[in-house]
Amino acid sequence: MRWWLPDAGSTFAGPIDTLFLAILIITGIALVVVEVGLVTFVIKYRARPGRKAFYTHGSTRAEVIWTAIPAVTMVALGLISNHYWVLIKDKKSIPPNAYHLGVHAKQFEWQVTYPGPDGKLGTSDDFTVRNQLHVTVNEPVAVELSSEDVIHSFFVPEFRLKQDAVPGMHIIAWFQATKTGEFELGCAELCGMGHYKMRARVFVHTPDEYKAWVAQQAAGGSE
Amino acid sequence: MTAVAHTPTTAHHEPMSFWRKYIFSTDHKIIGIQFLFVSLFFLLVGGLLAMQIGWQLGFPGKPLPGGGILPETMVVNGVILPEYYVQLVSMHGTFMVFFAIMPLLVGVYANFLIPLKIGAHDMAFPRINMASFWLALLAGLIMTASFFVPNGPIRSGWTNYAPLAARPDLSGVTVGQMLWCVSIVVLGLSSVLGSLNYITTVINHRAPGMTWFRMPLSVWALFITAILGVLALPVLQGAAIMLLFDNVLGTHFFDPVAGGQALLSQHLFWFFGHPEVYILILPAMGMVSDIIANGSRKPIFGYHSMVFAIIGIAFLGWIVWGHHMFMSGMNPTLGSTFMVSTLLIAVPSAIKVFNWMGTMWRGNLRFHVPMLNAIGFVSMFTIGGLSGIFMAATPVDIPLHDTQFIVAHIHYVLFGGSLFALFAAITYWYPKMFGRMMSERIGKLHFFLTFIFYNMTFFPMHIIGMGGQMRRIYDPTIYDFLKPQQPLNVFISYSAFALFAVQILFAFNFLWSLKRGKKAPQNPWDDNGMEWSLPNPAPHGNWERTPNVYRGPYEFSAPEAGDKDFLPQFVKLPTDRDPVPAPLPATH
Repeated sequence: MRWWLPDAGSTFAGPIDTLFLAILIITGIALVVVEVGLVTFVIKYRARPGRKAFYTHGSTRAEVIWTAIPAVTMVALGLISNHYWVLIKDKKSIPPNAYHLGVHAKQFEWQVTYPGPDGKLGTSDDFTVRNQLHVTVNEPVAVELSSEDVIHSFFVPEFRLKQDAVPGMHIIAWFQATKTGEFELGCAELCGMGHYKMRARVFVHTPDEYKAWVAQQAAGGSE
Repeated sequence: MTAVAHTPTTAHHEPMSFWRKYIFSTDHKIIGIQFLFVSLFFLLVGGLLAMQIGWQLGFPGKPLPGGGILPETMVVNGVILPEYYVQLVSMHGTFMVFFAIMPLLVGVYANFLIPLKIGAHDMAFPRINMASFWLALLAGLIMTASFFVPNGPIRSGWTNYAPLAARPDLSGVTVGQMLWCVSIVVLGLSSVLGSLNYITTVINHRAPGMTWFRMPLSVWALFITAILGVLALPVLQGAAIMLLFDNVLGTHFFDPVAGGQALLSQHLFWFFGHPEVYILILPAMGMVSDIIANGSRKPIFGYHSMVFAIIGIAFLGWIVWGHHMFMSGMNPTLGSTFMVSTLLIAVPSAIKVFNWMGTMWRGNLRFHVPMLNAIGFVSMFTIGGLSGIFMAATPVDIPLHDTQFIVAHIHYVLFGGSLFALFAAITYWYPKMFGRMMSERIGKLHFFLTFIFYNMTFFPMHIIGMGGQMRRIYDPTIYDFLKPQQPLNVFISYSAFALFAVQILFAFNFLWSLKRGKKAPQNPWDDNGMEWSLPNPAPHGNWERTPNVYRGPYEFSAPEAGDKDFLPQFVKLPTDRDPVPAPLPATH
């Protein structure tokens, strides 16, 4: 049983998980203030014979305090979040040395196109593999997302990466895996009755392993 | 502007046949009650769909108990099919949002409460009001009919994202999709007619002395909600008509293959959809404010801040729709803007929560069933509001978007929020509707059990979602990373069944009290509202003579009240002067 976010598998996990924890602490404090306050009031101010409620219409000072504190907190949170949002999702943040892969989504599979031994997409040595995403550890990878039919969403929980693949749009999402191993890629946007089984395996290799895999695939021809 | 009342000072009504009185009624109270019965029925339908979702998520591949009665297009050998599962989630959302929560809050309580609370004899347009009810019922029947057509109802979620919803060849749905669109257009018409009525009534039919800032917060909230409704629903209708044309006429508004725009459908849907979220919570906030002031025997804390918070939420509600689309491929810079506006909504929401607490502070709390449910509302809405912050912060939204975390969030707002407020409101105004009280004992038992099982059902969904479980998936156990969480899904399912079972208490209490409940005294909750100057139930036309209003709605424990701890709006003290009625409009 897991009670937290999945294990970290990419460079995004650091800032995202830290921000998650920060929000958990902020909202946790607010939650405790409200719930403990409610329980205290329920006990302390329950009706008893002979008591009368304190007649007041409010307090401007209190209103200012509980308007200002959430406002300042939210603006600060917005500024910090935006910094990381830009680093993750902005087009300009895609590393220029990223290794590009094509991911074409269709009901209900992922078609991953690899650049082949020459390392360039769109050349004759490209090959396509269904439902298998192979990448190299510690290397930025840019996934060029497209869709055949309806909207799908590329989601690898360990990479903290999610991006919709939209028909008619060409969207690039990037990540850099930080540990080798096998993960899963799921579809996060309802895409029809087979939505649940739109699943692919993700393999993060060492550079040598990856080269060997590419050579083997290129020799065997595309699937 | 001062309060005005153009209705004649006396209202006389002939005795009417059963059909005119209860079926084709133009009495706002009867129409409210009609909405109540119809939307409680759809609440039950939505609940039954939810139970099947719960079964499938907890026990994928196991035969559904009683599933044998369903046709083979939905269930084979008792096992729910993937296409039926997608239909279950789509229609659960559709029924709950459009035919249960929205009509319960707006159809029932805007109708029932607005004239009673502002001292009006009826709605401004009673016949339009009747049309609004019958259109809503018609829309509900059309939506229900989609279960009985070939290929069944929609399979694209209650949000109907295109191209899935626009292309029958991709969704596998034909007639069901058309019926969804037609039903929504009819429902939108009903909502717009109702909203125009509520707006006109509040502006023109307030009794003398009922100034804007003497209106109860429930009326303020319903008024602002009506403005949202009249602006938002036509957008949804437009989107539904475009979707219908894409399906039937071969247009390509949303189909990129033929030059359309897939994201356009999301923009249109959420431009309606986010104000809709506030349509589903503002009336609840308003009614809870009335009930908490009553239960605390204190004026509402910060009345003006509460009014401005309602307006603030309604305004901000128009500029946050993009937060549903952070992962959609929309320009990330837009994501930044929508993040800021979304985070700012936390401010008026926090103002409301703290003012409710301020109202309870140093009060003399009476824990009647409406008050218990209202406190339940505040504590649960707080969780729902705070969990929203995680997804408003765009980087954190990346792992959480479209997982069970958002499912938990929306249920904390719509069940923990809206539905608890409705349990409070139904119990509170039941005597005004039916002349009898609901059982206090059963009501308390129902509240505590619901509170417990509700949290057991929805809180663990946050954890499941953090673990990455995508929403709307038929079988989570096929993913290795989700398998370890399956015991928690089982726990959620058992809790959900218990939660559903506990609602039998409420249904029983509601129906049994109609005939057997204790006869209600005229002012059972010692409240200040105008409605309690009338007998229970109130007659058609409400007041014999247009009443006068002498003060604000929350004068609990006021020094002038003497021995009592409340001072109704309709009570004239020796020191009070009669309000000057507004001059009648010039004749044309």
